[in-house]
Amino acid sequence: MSAHPTRARRTAAAVGALGTALALTSCAGGSSAPAGEPETPDQPVELRMTVWTADEAQLGLFQDIADAYVAENPELVSGVSFETIPFEDYTTALTTQLAGGNAPDLAWVFESNAPEFVASGALVDLRPVLEGTDGYAADDLVPSALSLWEDGDGLYAYPFSTSPFAVFVNTDQISAAGQPDPADLVADGEWTFDAARDIAAATAEDSGKQGLVVRDFDYQSWENLATVWSGWQAQPWSADGTECTFTDPAMVDALTWFHDAVFTDGALPGPGTTADFFAGDAAMTITQISRASSLDDSFAWDVVPLPAGPAGQQDVVGQAGIGVFAAGDHPDVAADFLAYFTDPENAAQLAAYFPPPRASLLNGEDLAAANPRLSAEQLESVVVDAVEDAVTKPAHASFAKLSETVRAELDALWVEDADVEAVLADTCAAITPLLED
Amino acid sequence: MAASAAVRRDRLVGYTMVAPVVLGSLAFVVLPLVMVVWYSLHEWNVLANTFTFVGAENYQRMVADPGLADALRATVWFSIGLVVVNIALALLLAVLLNQRLPGTTTFRTFFFSPVVVSLVAWTIVWSFLLQADGGINGFLSVLGVEGPNWLRRPEAAMAAVIIVQVFKNVGLNMILFLAALQGVPEELQEAARLDGAGAWRRFRSVTLPLISPTVLLVSIITIVGSLEVFAQIDVLTGGGPGSSTTVLVYYLYQQAFRFNEFGYASAIAVLLFVIVLVLTLLQWQSRKRWVFHEL
Repeated sequence: MSAHPTRARRTAAAVGALGTALALTSCAGGSSAPAGEPETPDQPVELRMTVWTADEAQLGLFQDIADAYVAENPELVSGVSFETIPFEDYTTALTTQLAGGNAPDLAWVFESNAPEFVASGALVDLRPVLEGTDGYAADDLVPSALSLWEDGDGLYAYPFSTSPFAVFVNTDQISAAGQPDPADLVADGEWTFDAARDIAAATAEDSGKQGLVVRDFDYQSWENLATVWSGWQAQPWSADGTECTFTDPAMVDALTWFHDAVFTDGALPGPGTTADFFAGDAAMTITQISRASSLDDSFAWDVVPLPAGPAGQQDVVGQAGIGVFAAGDHPDVAADFLAYFTDPENAAQLAAYFPPPRASLLNGEDLAAANPRLSAEQLESVVVDAVEDAVTKPAHASFAKLSETVRAELDALWVEDADVEAVLADTCAAITPLLED
Repeated sequence: MAASAAVRRDRLVGYTMVAPVVLGSLAFVVLPLVMVVWYSLHEWNVLANTFTFVGAENYQRMVADPGLADALRATVWFSIGLVVVNIALALLLAVLLNQRLPGTTTFRTFFFSPVVVSLVAWTIVWSFLLQADGGINGFLSVLGVEGPNWLRRPEAAMAAVIIVQVFKNVGLNMILFLAALQGVPEELQEAARLDGAGAWRRFRSVTLPLISPTVLLVSIITIVGSLEVFAQIDVLTGGGPGSSTTVLVYYLYQQAFRFNEFGYASAIAVLLFVIVLVLTLLQWQSRKRWVFHEL
């Protein structure tokens, strides 16, 4: 027999491969037992937490805290492992694990997925455990930091990192270009997006490198532009998530400013150009303060708050939560571990990397003690002031679809001769059915 | 009369030998195929852990889904571009290599080597070359040509994805054509030459009919391969700009693994299966009209 039809069948099988993993372990139902005081299991259990960091120092700290928990609770747990899944594919890999009936006990969750995860019933309510754990001081948690993760009275994840966005500055490049120091502009109240654009464009011209990089945006992850458009008080959709606001004047102005800064002024790298601030490729970058750990001493640097836009200065925080999966094998033990992992003492340790949502720890001195790369003044101005009044990046219960649809529409904006208003009108036309769903 | 002990033993050995491949096919080919059809009749959200029977709803949804129509359009463009360029180039290269010229071995190795390179590594290297300030545009600027931002303009992005895929696999088709060309009897060429046929006439009337089974094989492999393209799209364009390079498999992946719509994605998988099956049957049935003899 000839090989051709076999080939066709083989192809069909490849298509069917979507089902392969799913077929074997499909529909493993999760019992959504409420988290409470854990019952002692017959045998100590193994817990697994998925994370997107691969930083050895961070993983080492997690393991130290986990080992201490295991030592204190040998009858409950025999070990806790931390599984790194790369940032780019994190949520996809996580949901694939869920589909395969292999839910982790605990998982980090991106803020943009928060409404989807919270509303889905996939996570257990942590409030009873956190409030019921001796010495946890649940009332120390900043209410505004928790709101994204709440549904009714339930709290479905602990926002272990409430990390403000800030501007990191390569002061070597800026002074070489004879440009004003952003820290001085902050002191004089003149630190605006226009000033940042001018400094970035002039420095890029001088250095032959890039000016200002909105990190992780890459003309794909548009939600990271919230750090820019918040200065215009612009938002992609209304607070209740039902109405598109891409066509509001604030958003049109903000994205027109951004488009011109890229294509007219050359202040930001254009599409298809990669530049890593931490490798010295750019003069400034907007990113989370927790990235300070990526800095070495190869150039002089500073960190300043986000610039002011026409609507004033608006701080933006990026959050990440830790949730306990109802479909995991031991949700009650996992919740108990989470209460230990984030108690006041351990939260202070984690503050080295992740600004905690605890009021008692949110001061320059405590943060500086945990975070030697930054001074108490820098932390005071960038972190402490920010957390209380900050906005988060866009989130929505249908975020995955919205994200992809908006990305596809905004692609038309990232060309030199784009018609900003027309593109944004198209964007609203495309996402309105999703928002109304 | 019952089979003798020796015959029974032979049969047992035979069954034992085919058992691994039969069991493997059942577990990893047939079962998933059946399961995908079953999933396609359900609404399955892994996050909410819901698995509800919805009958043909996912199939009805496909009819009204503009995203799917865009994906089918992109797939058609990609397949046509890939098949035409790949087969034409492979045949041209094979004909050139079939001449006894110095350096053919080097040339052959040069075009075949991408076939054995990891697909993702190959694509990542191209993604750097195709950047706005990447190697391709650097080369073009030396020639005084200003290249487009390849991966950010819809037409250029589709062309770029096709070309990356062509160079990845053209070597394999080239070798298949070369083997077929070397099987064309020299005496037939000579007879045609004596009859006064020119080079083009000999190629069209002697060579091409004789290698037609290989043309069929190569076109089936290439078309089926073009419908399976995924990694190149994921690495190079992520389906963009807009939805210009969101081909069917990439759309399926988005539905399943980005939007958690496993039921709908399964229905798309069934659609893809049917498309591949129909195309292959059509080619197979039409072979009698244009293929000179069976392989």
